[in-house]
This record gives sequence, structure tokens and C-alpha cells, in this order.
Amino acid sequence: MPRPILSVSHLCKQYGDIVAVDGLSFAVGPHEILGLLGPNGAGKTTTINMILGVLEPTSGSITIDGCDLAKRRRQALGRTNFAAVYAPLPGNLTVAQNLRVFGMLYAVPHLRDRIETILRDFDLLRFRNTKCGVLSSGEQTRVALAKAMLNQPRLLLLDEPTASLDPSIAREIRATIRQLAERTGVGVLWTSHNMIEVAEVCHRVLFLSHGKILLEGDPRTLPADNGHQTLEDLFVAVAREPLTIRNLQEEA
Amino acid sequence: MPVFLRRTSALLLRQYYLLRGSPARIVPLFSWVAIDIILWGFITRYLNSVSGARFNFVPAMLGAVLLWDFMARVMQGITTAFLEDVWSRNFLNLFASPLSVSEYLGGLVLSSIATSAIGLVVMVALATLVFGLSFFVYGAMLAAFLLVLFLFGISLGIFGSALVLRFGPAAEWFIWPIPAFISPLACVFYPLSTLPHWMQWLARIIPPSYVFEGMRQILSRQTGASPQAAHAIAVAPLLIGSVLALVYLLGMARAFTGVYRHAVRTGLIARYSAETVS
Repeated sequence: MPRPILSVSHLCKQYGDIVAVDGLSFAVGPHEILGLLGPNGAGKTTTINMILGVLEPTSGSITIDGCDLAKRRRQALGRTNFAAVYAPLPGNLTVAQNLRVFGMLYAVPHLRDRIETILRDFDLLRFRNTKCGVLSSGEQTRVALAKAMLNQPRLLLLDEPTASLDPSIAREIRATIRQLAERTGVGVLWTSHNMIEVAEVCHRVLFLSHGKILLEGDPRTLPADNGHQTLEDLFVAVAREPLTIRNLQEEA
Repeated sequence: MPVFLRRTSALLLRQYYLLRGSPARIVPLFSWVAIDIILWGFITRYLNSVSGARFNFVPAMLGAVLLWDFMARVMQGITTAFLEDVWSRNFLNLFASPLSVSEYLGGLVLSSIATSAIGLVVMVALATLVFGLSFFVYGAMLAAFLLVLFLFGISLGIFGSALVLRFGPAAEWFIWPIPAFISPLACVFYPLSTLPHWMQWLARIIPPSYVFEGMRQILSRQTGASPQAAHAIAVAPLLIGSVLALVYLLGMARAFTGVYRHAVRTGLIARYSAETVS
């Protein structure tokens, strides 16, 4: 079995008495797209922030491509990248300028050529000299994804990457990410509230509730295994009655 | 290029792009200092005319204004580059990259060197060409004066940035008056002995006070002694000022790192946006 790209072990985050993430353990393998699902406040973004090194876990460990994040932060983050709707690239720089600055931060070799390739891959050549702030939200998402792929990461974190996109562009983005995972072997951790999208793109999903993993499995079979017709029905059930779901699982 | 230098240069490049793309950012780099030099240039001319030939106010006052403005520009060079990240909500993008805190601070310092150099060139050009300020009066000590003020300006900039990182974007209003708060103790225009006794003690822990005392020592002794002797007098206080400025710099860099670590522990970095931090 190949070494996982991301390995999270007994991860906890506590704010005073509030437990945001409670002993999470999971792994993402090469070529794998893992969906991290759950209602608001379930701990998805907290988990992603800990993997990105911008939030210190209370306990537990995170290993990215063999590098312990706590001990070898620079190496681990050099092999990671992310895109999130709440972290747009600076709007006062052009697309090319942003890619150059972030390419230098990630120490991307042959940066000029890499920027050309990535602009072409994400259909951004005509926006090269446009300031990011004046792009539509769909175009901004494409720029964020381009930046996320700039350093050819081994691990890609996508927090609701298609949240602001129209269905046709969202479909394109999903296809692009799937192709990238298949072609480059990048492991992807994907959060979304769009269950149709998750069923289409993810190989495996984790349902979080109150910072714990409640359910885990193939998004195409998981609903039926838990007595629901669709992934969305299952999501609603998890959001409303997580304890009931857990009891059912334990009885099973 | 070493990776450390590449990452710090990325922040300098970002600042260059911002300046190139927006004239509104370029004008303040030299306009305020130019206004200061013109204003104080005329004031010193007037003072020279009413005091006769007894004392030359140009090197004492205009030189002091130039040095003080240089320090304030260095500080603002740091804080403005930092605030660009606050305004564009860029912390998550930056600190989720392999960029370290020391590289980030290095980038802010590089940006500050570039922007404050523009202000310095404009000030020197105006002061010498229009008001006849001669830097030969200070001799080689001018470099030492600038170095101490540069180091202290960097420290203040890092301190201001740490304040905003800790208390949120609204704390930006704490940054701008910092030079004004310090100026009475820096003894920019008057000797340290003018201050009340308790304020003198405070002034002695502020590095710029050694610079301006040294500057006045050089000017006052030059009439009676050789220039070399006058410069030698100012060396000891400047050494103390340099050591103090270094201590401030290391202390503030450490404070910023501490605030950053606190922000990572509490999740402030991840959710840093306008008015949300308390």
C-alpha cells in the first residue's frame, strides 16, 4: 500500500471548554479525493486550518508526504497548497503578479514557464494582466486554483472550491481536479456542502459532527448503507440527529 | 538565489507591484517629507535671519527634521507593507505557505528600505539644493546617525505591526501617532538637559535621543575644535544608541514572533479580518 500523502492522527483542538475537533484520525492516499463533510461548526475548516499550519492543534499529529508538520513545517507546507472562498488572492495585484509572488514564496523552480503552463491549464491567459479584484467570482476561483496548483503540491486542500461558481464552471473545475488527481497523484481533501458534487468527485467521504468522525465510506454506497436514499438525505440526518446515526452505526 | 532571499524578495516584489500599479501609493512616499522639509526650511531661514550670524539653524533644525522624518518613514515602510496584508486579508495565503515569520519580517524590512530610500533622496535633494544644508558638517557620523534611526524605525514598525496583529485591524490607529508620542523624548530639537529630570531618564532609553544629542555636539563643538575632535565626542553616545537600537530590534522581532505564535494557537491568523479580532 502506498504511503499516504496526508496522515492525521488523534487530532484535537480545544478552545477553553469548547472542543472543536475531537481526536480525528484519517489519511489521504495518492490520487485520492477525500470529502470532508458535515454541518456548519462540525470542525471541517478547523481541521483544514490545522493541516495548513495556521492553527496549532491542542494534541495529535499531522504528517504531509512523510514530513511531520510540527517538526518540519517548511518542508510539509512546501508540498501543500490550498484554495478557499474565504482566502481570495490580493485583489490589487494582477493574476500574473499574484502567481509570481506566490511562486516565489513556494520557491517554484522555472517559475516563468510554470506560470505560463498554469495560466493555460486554467484558461487564464486572457486575464494575465487583469487585477484579481475585478474578476468575477468564478474567475477568481480559477485563479485561486491556479495558485493552489502552482507548486505542484502533493496535497491539495480545497475548502468549498465551487461555492461561488455557476454549474457549468463548477463542473469544469471538478473535472480538472479529478484529472489532476489521476495524472499527478496529488491527494485532495475537499469540503463542500454540495452533495451531488461530492458524490461525483470524491472517492471517499468522512462525515464530521461535533469534531468527530461519524461516518466514513464511499459516497455512492454510504447513503444506502445507512438507510437513506441520497447523500443529501444522509447529510441532513447527520446534521439533525448525529447521535442517532452513531448509535445505528454502533449497533450495526 | 537562496530560498530565504527568494521568499523575502517576493514580499518586496509585491510592494513594487503595488506601487507600480497605483500612483496613489507613490505620492505619499515623498510628498509629506517634501512638505516637512520645505516648511522647516523656511522656518530655519527665518530663524537665521532674526538671530544674525550667531547660530546656523539649518544643520541643527533642518538636519534634525530630515533625520526624524527618515526614521518615521522607515517605520511607516514596515507598517504600510504589513497593512497591505491586513487590507487584502492575505494572512491565510501567506502563512499557509512555507514562509517563516523571520522571512516575513525580512520582506517587510526590504520593502521599508526601498520606500524610505525614496523619501530620503527627496529630502536630501530639497534640503541641499533649496536650503543649502551641507551634510559635510556631520561627516562620516551621518551614516551612524542614519543607521541608529533606521534600526529604531524598523523596531517601531515591527512593534506597530505586532499591535495590529494582536488587537485587530482597528488597532491601525495606534500605529500612526507612535513617532509623535516618542518625539518629546527623542530630543529632536532641544538638548536632553531641557527635559525635567524624570523625563531625561526616559529619554536615555530611546536611541534617537543619542543621535540628536550627538548631532548637536558635533555642531556646537565645530566652531572651537577640529572637525575630527567634534566627531570623536559624538562616538560614545552613538555607540550606546546603536546598542540600544539593536536591543529594541531584537526585542520587537521577538515580540512579533510571540504575537504570531499566539495568533496561531488561538486561530486568529486563520480568521483574521476587519474588526473581528478582540
